[in-house]
Amino acid sequence: MKCQQCDNPAVFHITELESGSVRELHLCEDHARTYLNQNEDAGGGSEGGGAPKKGVGQSAGGPLGVGQTADDLAALDQRVCEMCGITFFEFRNQGRLGCPHDYIQFEKELEPLIANIHGATEHTGRRPSRAVPAGADPAVGTDGLTEVIGLRRGMKEAIASEDYEKASENRDAIRGIEDRWVPPLPSGQSPTP
Amino acid sequence: MRLDTLTQSIGEWLRGTGPESDIVMSSRVRLARNLAQYPFVNRATEQDRADTERILRERIVAAPMGIALDYIDVGHLEEVDRRFLVERQLISREHADAQGARGVAIDCMEQVSLMINEEDHLRIQCLHSGLDLHGAWEQIKTVDDQIEKVVPYAFHPRWGYLTACPTNVGTGIRVSVMLHLPALVITRQIDKVFRSLHKISLAVRGLYGEGSQAMGDFYQISNQTTLGRTEEELVQQVADVVPVIIDYERRAREFLVRETQQNVHDQVSRAYGILRTAQTITNEETMQLLSRVRMGVLLGLIGDVKIADINSLLIRTQPAHLQKLRGSDGDSSDDIERARYLRQHFEGGDSQVKTSAN
Ligand SMILES: [Zn+2]
Ligand SMILES: [Zn+2]
Repeated sequence: MKCQQCDNPAVFHITELESGSVRELHLCEDHARTYLNQNEDAGGGSEGGGAPKKGVGQSAGGPLGVGQTADDLAALDQRVCEMCGITFFEFRNQGRLGCPHDYIQFEKELEPLIANIHGATEHTGRRPSRAVPAGADPAVGTDGLTEVIGLRRGMKEAIASEDYEKASENRDAIRGIEDRWVPPLPSGQSPTP
Repeated sequence: MRLDTLTQSIGEWLRGTGPESDIVMSSRVRLARNLAQYPFVNRATEQDRADTERILRERIVAAPMGIALDYIDVGHLEEVDRRFLVERQLISREHADAQGARGVAIDCMEQVSLMINEEDHLRIQCLHSGLDLHGAWEQIKTVDDQIEKVVPYAFHPRWGYLTACPTNVGTGIRVSVMLHLPALVITRQIDKVFRSLHKISLAVRGLYGEGSQAMGDFYQISNQTTLGRTEEELVQQVADVVPVIIDYERRAREFLVRETQQNVHDQVSRAYGILRTAQTITNEETMQLLSRVRMGVLLGLIGDVKIADINSLLIRTQPAHLQKLRGSDGDSSDDIERARYLRQHFEGGDSQVKTSAN
């Protein structure tokens, strides 16, 4: 991705929250520095001077809009995806989401951002021809399969705390979901162990 | 691994044979897809990346796509080989520079490439010579359909195909054409043309160049939005503006020939002369001069050079290609090697003798 203000590669992905709407900025190091310094001059940032580090987040809040307090923003930032564990704050810093479930978990927050980027909030293109398995809710697409991301995380935590019963429960649950959702390999092929 | 055989060949998209190939170098469509059961690549653990790489590799290789695919394990390539694949446009710079398990499946024509673990788990690309967006779209649709049968893509009815960056969500499609626009650059109309494109939300960027100046007058035009319109509409959006730009460029070329015939002939001849005789030459200068010569050939000012050769030289004079052609024992600098390669190419067999004085 290129910087929005020149042709250098964008290394800073800043998500601005202002006036209740969200704006994404993709900037090269130089333009990001200029941009962040502007905010600092305006009394925005509390960081010391010098070159911003990659993914600097503190300045990314920018000017807050009417009705949106720093507390609101802080609360929003702390929202966590149940599956992959990414916080909205991390997303704002990186400009990259953590997993498919984020589109459901952060749907309200992402909506204005996506509307701003695409001028639309509804997919009208192709759809996978394979139906979701029986018992799964088609209204959330493949989110039933994405649940295994959370189960895998839980399994790891269980192993770390030596709760092997919980770990094996999660393992079975993951297998059950994957068996229902993941199509078999094309005939004649066997998966490597 | 067939990287060494690749150095001896050129991709189909460089043959300069497709429609409007005097101006449109290539047409490209790519789709971004992710597995529903793993975090996106930037949040994936090392184990997750190894898993997604294995699952996609096994299933892509086994899917009956009607084309033979070769798989290259990009994670274990030397840096020069990764750069080589970038120069050939088979992988992205981001994919080359990334960490962890990743790979690319390519067909022998170098039309189809499937990048595993780039920013998204899967990036499918179809690259065709000349203006052939619809052909590239039809081909990528078939490939995508076959993979979809064996891979559970992350999908949401409202948001479409789910991608790591919200800028790709929905169709996940990027439609682009690479254009050679030397006459619009010389007549200083290029900025005007591009400003009009921004108004209809198409992105323009110089190709090959690192800075703001496009190296060699090559530009890429692509769609910026991916949600709220169908893939066909997004393909058409780019397809609609290309004839307009082609028309501008043709008129600018006619103007140059009509009004500044001597000047243009002089510029083109000098460019050709430098390429045939220089003893040291940078990548940037090479691109600039090849661009001029390419225009000269198309205007009938240079007779004995083929467009496919110029297209091929544009790729083969880039650093990683030169390094691979030269082998590991070469100790002369890139710029000397590049000049030697160009002289050999343009002067035929006897240049070997003339250049051995180095
Ligand atoms: Zn910049
Ligand atoms: Zn998540």
